Amino acid sequence: NSSILIPSPPLSSISNTITHKQTPKMPFKRYVEIGRVALVNYGKDYGKLVVIVDVVDQNRALVDAPDMVRGQMNFKRLTLTDITIDIPRVPKKKTLIEAMEKADVKNKWESSSWGRKLIVQKRRASLNDFDRFKLMLAKIKRSGVIKQELAKLKKENAS
Amino acid sequence: MAAKRKTPVKTRNPDLIRGVGKYSRSKMYHKRGLWAIKAKHGGVFPRHDPKPKAPVAPEKAPKFYPAEDVKKPLLNKRKPKPTKLRASITPGTVLILLAGRFMGKRVVFLKQLTSGLLLVTGPFKINGVPLRRLNQSYVIATSTKVDISGVNVEKFDDKYFAKEVEKKKKGEGEFFEAEKEDKKTLPDEKKEDQKAVDASLIKSIEGVVNLKAYLAARFSLKSGMKPHELVF
Repeated sequence: NSSILIPSPPLSSISNTITHKQTPKMPFKRYVEIGRVALVNYGKDYGKLVVIVDVVDQNRALVDAPDMVRGQMNFKRLTLTDITIDIPRVPKKKTLIEAMEKADVKNKWESSSWGRKLIVQKRRASLNDFDRFKLMLAKIKRSGVIKQELAKLKKENAS
Repeated sequence: MAAKRKTPVKTRNPDLIRGVGKYSRSKMYHKRGLWAIKAKHGGVFPRHDPKPKAPVAPEKAPKFYPAEDVKKPLLNKRKPKPTKLRASITPGTVLILLAGRFMGKRVVFLKQLTSGLLLVTGPFKINGVPLRRLNQSYVIATSTKVDISGVNVEKFDDKYFAKEVEKKKKGEGEFFEAEKEDKKTLPDEKKEDQKAVDASLIKSIEGVVNLKAYLAARFSLKSGMKPHELVF
């Protein structure tokens, strides 16, 4: 239960939740803490949002999500997000799900710019050949409208 | 041999496990009704004398024996199986041709012929591809489907597409004369067939927005497109 804050080297940003609010200005904004929502960036669960429910050691965290079995993951496989939820250490699945609902993780994620980007990427990757054709036509149409407006403005400016 | 039954007899002795029947020999004797057959023929099982065989002509010794023993080739009973059609190709699927004169064209699949080749049409008015046969190895199947219910493809088979045999006259003059053959024009019957098939197809194509333009355009790989990551 030590509240000693070690000015951390660039790698790990582990800190005790009680003290981090009292620290002087730190270059880090997202900390590994119990309740931190993270995105898995490598491995079988690639692309999933998981919650850090405990820290195993310097390199690993115990990680849980509503649709997966709770297990350990190296921090290197996780990218921290801005979202945190309020949970006790290693909560039961039911408590975890309730806490995620309460904090509205899904909606916060999908409305964040990072979350929206991922959704667009997924949609683009799943496009059919016909869809890509329709997309091309739509892009041409849109640029046509833009060019018309631009031409109008140019004309007004020139005169 | 006794006359063969038209349908093989279903065995009256079910297997308990392989090699062991449910009924014993005496039970089976009773089940088969052999006692009834015997009773009908006065206690004796009916016996048919073998039919008199037709007299076989005595085999003559061959006139000629080869000096070395001639080997007989091994018997080959292999029957080639019909080509398996990819699950993604169903009647009405839009296919992308990968090779040949119409490389890159998007085309509508009609049916698989008995030879295994795919029967396909442009439709001709939309992209210039006529009724044609293709090998499914040279084709990408997209997941876009066209409604093909109004099309009758019964009359098309491999014989329809066979090349017409030209009769050659043997003559020396042929080699010296510059033979001017008439350009082979399509018989009107085939043109009519094409129109008939395409008529209902074009109607269902025009029902979907942009589908006509899609079929008229050719497919090509652009910069940044990774074929192994593309969803067709």
